[in-house]
Amino acid sequence: MRAAALIMLKDLRQRVRDRSIFLWGIIAPLGLAAIFSLVLGGITDTQNLDISYGVVDEDGGAQAALFIEEVLEPLNDEGLFTIEPMGSEAEADQRTGDGEVEATFLLPAGFSDAVGAGQPASILVIGNVDSPTFSQVARSIAGQYAGQVNTINASLFTYLALSGEAPDPATLEPLVGEVLAVTPPLTLVDSEAASKQLSAATFYSAAMAILFLFLTVQFGVLGLLEERQNETMRRLLAAPISRRSIIFGKALTSFVIGLASMAILVIGTTLLLGAEWGDPLGVAILVLAGVIAAMGIMFVVTAFAKTPEQAGNLQSIIAFVLAMLGGAFFPVAAEGILGRLSLLTPHAWFLRGLGDLATGSGVEGAFPAALYVALFGIVTGGIAQFRIGRVVRP
Amino acid sequence: MTPDNGRVLEASNLRKVFGDLVAVEDVSFHIGEGETYGLLGPNGAGKTTTISMVIGLLERDGGEVVVAGNPVTTKSTTAKAAIGYVPQDIAIYPDLTARENLSFFGHLYGMGGSDLKRRIDELLEVIGLADRADDRSEEFSGGMKRRLNIGIGLLHGPRLLMLDEPTVGVDPQSRNAILESVERLSGEGMAVLYTTHYMEEAERLCDRVGIIDEGQIKAEGTRAELVSLVGQRDKVSLVTADHAQEVAEALASHPDVVEVSGNESGIDLLVSGAAAALPALLQLAAGAGASVTSVEVVEPNLEAVFLHLTGKALRD
Repeated sequence: MRAAALIMLKDLRQRVRDRSIFLWGIIAPLGLAAIFSLVLGGITDTQNLDISYGVVDEDGGAQAALFIEEVLEPLNDEGLFTIEPMGSEAEADQRTGDGEVEATFLLPAGFSDAVGAGQPASILVIGNVDSPTFSQVARSIAGQYAGQVNTINASLFTYLALSGEAPDPATLEPLVGEVLAVTPPLTLVDSEAASKQLSAATFYSAAMAILFLFLTVQFGVLGLLEERQNETMRRLLAAPISRRSIIFGKALTSFVIGLASMAILVIGTTLLLGAEWGDPLGVAILVLAGVIAAMGIMFVVTAFAKTPEQAGNLQSIIAFVLAMLGGAFFPVAAEGILGRLSLLTPHAWFLRGLGDLATGSGVEGAFPAALYVALFGIVTGGIAQFRIGRVVRP
Repeated sequence: MTPDNGRVLEASNLRKVFGDLVAVEDVSFHIGEGETYGLLGPNGAGKTTTISMVIGLLERDGGEVVVAGNPVTTKSTTAKAAIGYVPQDIAIYPDLTARENLSFFGHLYGMGGSDLKRRIDELLEVIGLADRADDRSEEFSGGMKRRLNIGIGLLHGPRLLMLDEPTVGVDPQSRNAILESVERLSGEGMAVLYTTHYMEEAERLCDRVGIIDEGQIKAEGTRAELVSLVGQRDKVSLVTADHAQEVAEALASHPDVVEVSGNESGIDLLVSGAAAALPALLQLAAGAGASVTSVEVVEPNLEAVFLHLTGKALRD
């Protein structure tokens, strides 16, 4: 243990001296988290946005009123965006073009009659060219509504055809209206998954921290290969210490660097970016598990690589692939092969664990995710132990 | 130089195999207190493999090593504590200062506190780095790094010092300083195992030499013992102005002259005991009418012994 501690202290001195540890362990993840939060935060963090849509009712009929009351106003009430009524298409063109609203829904005259008669009807969407994303959102809302109306119409026409009745617009219109009123055509349910979403600052702080953790731990374990390359491994092996203490010393270095880096990032992103990591004990458990996982992978890479350069490159590739698969850069769909692959990564579980903590689940909420992340490290590290001996030799 | 005093190192029947290659086979030798033992052989002869087994860096496939009464294995710590090791390549941490390098290895050998500090200061003086003690070793010249490399091996006051080709790639001045250090340490009672492929170093430093080639010790003994293997025949070169043929015939008649051959400027003789026979030889040359302008006597050396034992030159 004494020898391992001596090796760790020597390594830490070297790492602090060459300063790369500060770049990889603190500056890069903090900087990237800040950049991602600023650039992408607006898209993912809707509560911080001021989104407005316009609506022009040139129809004045029951169907148009239904669209406004059952579709747009509930979304308005949810606080997702603001609805601003406008008087005419010209006003809509003007205000949308000026950027006062992201897009405007235009319900043309005859819209309700057409819907009631089963005739072609359309909702126009006037989009602001500078706001393509939210214009697209408006089109999706209109499209969802149109699809719902078409489905109801098709059902009614089928029913009338089967019962041998001729479709009568006077009968159909109120029926369509009633069905739409009974079944809200477009609803936004605040699902459990959605409630676990982290704020942009928290998400990118955590994502960059776990990504770079897999890079910073190499400053310890990778030292085994560096000692061989520098011939100092011969001296360590000649010294009256056990080979296991050499490996343990390097592992300690990785552990301390990983833990320190994560601690600084948690505190730094909380203070500088406003990240909300959740219950401190839960975060500590997740961070500990993350460090173990990163060390496990690093041991595998070191055990199989021939040179420190090769190991460093390999570790970088693995770190980025795992981060991407784990959704550290962009959300990964929960279903399908990609979704299943994502759940194999410690990154996905780390972020999931933080999500659980963010919902206020308390420290026990972090346990399942932390257990998987730690197990990942224990298994990979265990595999590496069968080969790591080949590195600790002259 | 007391080879028969308590043996600090006893290596017997060492064997190491790498795949199909037998790197070391049946190597045995011992070193006493104050004795310097040289392993002399060309590159690839098995010197570093032997030394690696002796210090417990490599698992042996056969044989035993005992240092200061303790068996050496890759796991032994007591025996290793008695050994100071200077690897062939410079093995220091370039981003640490000379003092930090020494301090780290000192702690690994169980030293600490004021004893370690005092020892480091002493050693920095010995290796001539006292004024650069707090400079990073990456800023040192090659010679300074070599000295630090040796200093680390000496730090804990080992009973046995192993130097693996410590002068390879070293400038003449630093090389001489290293050789003087080894002579001084041996004089102070330290047992030294010194591997080299430089015949001159082995002759200068070593009380006994093991000539190693293809993983086997071909012969072992003091310089005189080894030289006796090829016979005590000195090479005498005479530079003569004229009458070379007559002189050669006259010298060949001397009973101590084994062989006579001509060269561009005179005659080469192989003589048993040149020192004693030289006056008579010069008299014979003068009698044959030659004026001898230069005489050179070369005693047989380890190079000749190696050639005799292996059929190849030491630097092949």
